Amino acid sequence: MWSYAFRRVLMTIPTLLVVITVCYLMLHATPGGPFDGERKVSEAVLANLQAKYHLDMPLWQQYLYYLKSLLSGDLGASFRYADWSVNDLVAKALPVSATIGGGSLLISLVIGVGLGIVSALRQNSLVDYLVMLIGNIGSAFPSFVIGPVLIMVFAIWLGVAPAGGWNDFDVRYMLLPMALLTFINVSTIGRVMRGSLIEVLNSNFIRTARAKGLPLSTIVFRHALKPALLPVVSVLGPLAISSITAAVVTESVFSIPGIGKLIVNGAANRDYTLVLGLVVLVTVVAVVLNLLVDLAYALLDPKIRY
Amino acid sequence: MSILQVKDLGVRFATLDGQVQAVNGVSFDLARGQTLGIVGESGSGKSQSVLAMMGLLAKNGQASGEALYQGKNLLTMTPRELNRIRGDRVSMIFQDPMTSLNPYLTVERQMTEVLQLHKGMSRKEAKKRAIELLEAVRIPDAARRIDMYPHEFSGGMRQRVMIAMALLCEPEVLIADEPTTALDVTVQAQILALLKDLQRDFGTAIIMITHDLGVVAGLCDRVMVMYGGRVMEQGPADSIFYQPSHPYTIGLLGALPRLDHDGDELMSIPGNPPNMANMPKGCPFSERCGHASERCASELPALIPGGHRADVLRACHKPAEQLIPTMHKEVARA
Repeated sequence: MWSYAFRRVLMTIPTLLVVITVCYLMLHATPGGPFDGERKVSEAVLANLQAKYHLDMPLWQQYLYYLKSLLSGDLGASFRYADWSVNDLVAKALPVSATIGGGSLLISLVIGVGLGIVSALRQNSLVDYLVMLIGNIGSAFPSFVIGPVLIMVFAIWLGVAPAGGWNDFDVRYMLLPMALLTFINVSTIGRVMRGSLIEVLNSNFIRTARAKGLPLSTIVFRHALKPALLPVVSVLGPLAISSITAAVVTESVFSIPGIGKLIVNGAANRDYTLVLGLVVLVTVVAVVLNLLVDLAYALLDPKIRY
Repeated sequence: MSILQVKDLGVRFATLDGQVQAVNGVSFDLARGQTLGIVGESGSGKSQSVLAMMGLLAKNGQASGEALYQGKNLLTMTPRELNRIRGDRVSMIFQDPMTSLNPYLTVERQMTEVLQLHKGMSRKEAKKRAIELLEAVRIPDAARRIDMYPHEFSGGMRQRVMIAMALLCEPEVLIADEPTTALDVTVQAQILALLKDLQRDFGTAIIMITHDLGVVAGLCDRVMVMYGGRVMEQGPADSIFYQPSHPYTIGLLGALPRLDHDGDELMSIPGNPPNMANMPKGCPFSERCGHASERCASELPALIPGGHRADVLRACHKPAEQLIPTMHKEVARA
């Protein structure tokens, strides 16, 4: 299994290289540059700035220069935020996003699997319809609609949580953004869990378990849970990755200084190194998550061995 | 003394096409150590009858009548009461060994849980007993193989595991739902021989569901022939085989391929099994029966003792005496 994991990590190198190259070229192909602000800077200052950031060199030299610094773990200096390296910016924003994204994913896993089990066992009951309704709302409405609704109800009408902002990991500021992400994730996880558990409960080996006289709790938790979790695990990878992209919206709605906010600002400012650095980060996270999903498969299904 | 008494068992399914009566008026007594064969084509209701007794019908199924185990009706028990009996006193082997074992749990886990539940054994004791049973069904190297997963066993070996699992608590009744259908012929013979041996050693009564008349001949004391959810003929195995008195039984026996005759063609019963949602008013077999009269299509024949033998029950308007000689001719032609 470890050699499999190692090979998988090695395989990410070409993936990363392609992603970086394509992004690099696309960024430089878009019109405008990091110093084309509303207020024109003088020719001399511009030349100095470009020299400082190696923008006066041919593109291929810049590209190689970037790769070289990347190899030593340096994501470069931000074009826009003077005195900040991209490493510093990421180090400050990542824990914020990871707490909100990862935390809500864990909570939604517990709630989603729980609701899915209840729904599947009481198929077509009132509880089931209620869970499915919540699930459909969460899947059908985009987060930029649900988010403001949450703000209106809980921040403005009820006043139980701040409408947005961030105060050094103060739990009160995490409530609404995490509620939003959890709501959206639960709708997917709950739906998948319900469907897969219903299917598993209809399978022949569950009939055997019932014929053995096992109580329902043993049948569900010992016999049906593992196979029913497999489809949940396979949506968990994409779900975790999409919570990074979802962060772009969520963090804007709640003005949270996380990775999503950095991506938006970086792209708007043509902050080449910042955007590239974040792309590298997201790619690595995606690869690692996919690897974790594959390893989790092997843990659940004895037929899968690496 | 009978340990299982089934009286007027019925199974009804609520489907989108309306109510479907899958089983109707099935009655039998099973004595200790005896083997009852239930024979019929696919869809004749043989599997649904036993699933109903075990409380394993699909959600839209509803059982009626009585299935008395030691005087207590299995059909009206609470799940709790039923769970004390199934797997312990009455156990079941299913048709498809490839899908009937849980692929996500080791054989050890699937076997020991039965003993822990019904016998209150520790996991260690249970494992020891499970290994003994695996050895009894002749699984080589059982002590090592018990820790494996079902996918590491072949089909025949998995069915042996199923049998060992069903016998763990030394049940009084073993229900085998086509236990050899999914296996190849040489393995079939081994499994049947095994069941015979185990019945001798454990004194278990067996209900053997099959569409294979060869299996019935080799194993069963009594036979029940089902068609369209109803019992057509029921009696001692030898009388069903050597003196079949119902046109359907005669047809089934006539359809057996024989190695000792040079037939060019396989005999079959003309027509198709009836649509269960739209059964004929009279005898379910009337549409395919060569002996059918107008009365057969309109009036359901009662299951009553036959004129030729009092211990054979048959549901046919035509008297047995008129059918038994024809049967010999038909076999002779085949």
